[in-house]
Amino acid sequence: MSVRRLDINQPDEFSFSKENERWAADQLKKYPKDKQASAVIPLLWRAQEQADGWLPEPAIRYVADLLAMPQIRVLEIATFYTMFNLSPVGRHFVQLCGTTPCWLRGAEDLKEVCRRVIGEPGQVREDGQFSWIEVECLGACVNAPMVQINADYYEDLTPESLEALLEDLAEGREVATGPQVERTNACPMGGPTTLLNGGAQRQTRSTPTRAPAKAKIKTLRKARKGGPDRLIEISGIGPKIENQLYELGIFHFDQVAAWTKADVAWINEQLRFKGRIEREGWIAQAKVLAKNAGGAS
Amino acid sequence: MLDDKDRIFRNLYGLEDWRLEGAKARGAWDGTKKLVEKGPEWIIDEVKASGLRGRGGAGFPTGLKWSFMPKPGGPRPHYLVVNADESEPGTCKDREIMRHDPHLLIEGCLYAGLAMNAHVAYIYVRGEFIRERERLQAAIDEAYAAKLIGKNNRFGWDFDVFVHHGAGAYICGEETALLESLEGKKGQPRLKPPFPANVGLYGAPTTVNNVESIAVVPDILRRGATWFAGLGRPNNTGTKLFCISGHVNNPCTVEEEMGVSLRELIDRHAGGVRGGWDNLLAVIPGGSSVPCLPSPACQSLHMDFDSLSALKSGLGTAAVIVMDQSTDIIRAIARLAYFYKHESCGQCTPCREGTGWMWRVLERMARGEAQKGEIDMLLDVTYQVEGHTICALGDAAAWPIQGLIRHFRHVIEERIDDHQARTSGTDAVRSAAE
Repeated sequence: MSVRRLDINQPDEFSFSKENERWAADQLKKYPKDKQASAVIPLLWRAQEQADGWLPEPAIRYVADLLAMPQIRVLEIATFYTMFNLSPVGRHFVQLCGTTPCWLRGAEDLKEVCRRVIGEPGQVREDGQFSWIEVECLGACVNAPMVQINADYYEDLTPESLEALLEDLAEGREVATGPQVERTNACPMGGPTTLLNGGAQRQTRSTPTRAPAKAKIKTLRKARKGGPDRLIEISGIGPKIENQLYELGIFHFDQVAAWTKADVAWINEQLRFKGRIEREGWIAQAKVLAKNAGGAS
Repeated sequence: MLDDKDRIFRNLYGLEDWRLEGAKARGAWDGTKKLVEKGPEWIIDEVKASGLRGRGGAGFPTGLKWSFMPKPGGPRPHYLVVNADESEPGTCKDREIMRHDPHLLIEGCLYAGLAMNAHVAYIYVRGEFIRERERLQAAIDEAYAAKLIGKNNRFGWDFDVFVHHGAGAYICGEETALLESLEGKKGQPRLKPPFPANVGLYGAPTTVNNVESIAVVPDILRRGATWFAGLGRPNNTGTKLFCISGHVNNPCTVEEEMGVSLRELIDRHAGGVRGGWDNLLAVIPGGSSVPCLPSPACQSLHMDFDSLSALKSGLGTAAVIVMDQSTDIIRAIARLAYFYKHESCGQCTPCREGTGWMWRVLERMARGEAQKGEIDMLLDVTYQVEGHTICALGDAAAWPIQGLIRHFRHVIEERIDDHQARTSGTDAVRSAAE
């Protein structure tokens, strides 16, 4: 059990925005007529979202009145469920999983990063950007260690990648959610060990759903003299993607450097990932690498 | 290894389209009309014949559970509640189903609802899974738009599916605590009996099933109970999602046959134990609640309910937590003890007080600041907590500690000796000499 109390400093009042009022009325339709109390957690959660990530006392009263529940019952809920933050949090609220599966893979080192960059757990950093706490298992154990920041999971972290992530967030840069290493979701690193021909293959042998798009992209039948470039030098490309690119006929940095928007879309389609080429700046990286390679030879 | 054609979760990693169209390409919602027309008895019989045991941890036969629901015609509505409050440390399988194969779950809800005469299903998703909840809702919206569910849908069984969520309480994964929470109360478990099949949600007949149990039902009905029953081992049939975490080279979630050997799981799918198989110290085979097994017991271990309970452990949620020789096993279990202390709902005294007490003693033992006699005292306390609480959280808190003492008592004793040698060298020498 965790003992949780309301913050000393509370705003005077709280009420839902017009939009949230409509949303709340919609939520109530999910439950039988006289069972409105069922909506208490979703409504409190929405209130917390509206109040910048924490649940002020007037919001607890407001939700109680809205659902015709005794206020003490709703206060009980707010203090029982640990995702309700009873005091203010940072703009980026970091919840660091410290339970054994994450602990085994280095969650303690991540805590050190949070202490150094943000401060003590529960304290909001002076500029209001961050606060952090340790939480119990967040259910992403095969991607340990991980943190949740606001609504998103950031997985397979190292102290370095967490620190870089926090810096990106502070600077307002766009960040990639999910695994922070070369890996798709819960798939093993280096590619799947099962369903190597795709999941839909069995059902769609006669009618492939993804007819290969016509490529205008310049591909080569084989690498030029001197062999293919080491495409893995482009940050974001690992051995698996490198091989896939070779198979598609992409062997050299200058090929990547010359990709057009349509080419990028086609490659995205072939490799089944969205937006990574742009996000990780492959083309810009390739330009530099191509230049260096040209200068060397 | 399980043949690819026998896999149920064919988009486990989200490499393909999760939407309705993609799901249909993988076989979802195929022949639903015919299956619905075969009726509730047929569905329950098929699920019984398939040997499916609940995937949430306890392994209770799913078909049998469904048959406990009262006959249709009573005054109260029936409810299906899907437990997606996945919070058992080590477990992250339902998350993959919800975000990558949500239509299997929705289709399964329809069959389960029909089988137990329910027109409404609530899916209770843990609060932290915000993106998963959004994904699941999007899939449900698609299903409504395509008239696969809802009033006057294509299959003639009016059926609503609602997503509900929690707000960070492990205990709400216990079925009666979940129902309390869904009714808008603190998640504190109810006494059983009455069981939810008689008095469940809003006092009406209710069945609570795990996400994976429901999501495998469409494939069982489509491919036949004999297909499912032909996989795995007797009384432990079918396929199962395994989550392999901890000290392996490539942690991952993978679908395998029940009864697969632990070694195959780790070596073939997870890239082996960090530092090689000989570097293995221990494995927690089924989520944090089950006792750990030391490496000698892992050599030829079949991952199924009966094999693991024969070793005084359990399959639980099939979340394999691997620990190599570098692990401080006392601290690893102490961290779990802290988890249970944090998550105890506070209703029953043995659990509320016991979990904190056990955690504090383990923390001391991890530093070596304890007496050897306290090991037996701790073990004794675990037996006083186990079985003396309303729900199984007390048991779940006790078992990992029992496993630790059963297999690693010598490590605790060495730690205590080391500490004594450091703090009062002369005493230790004297006791060693005696």
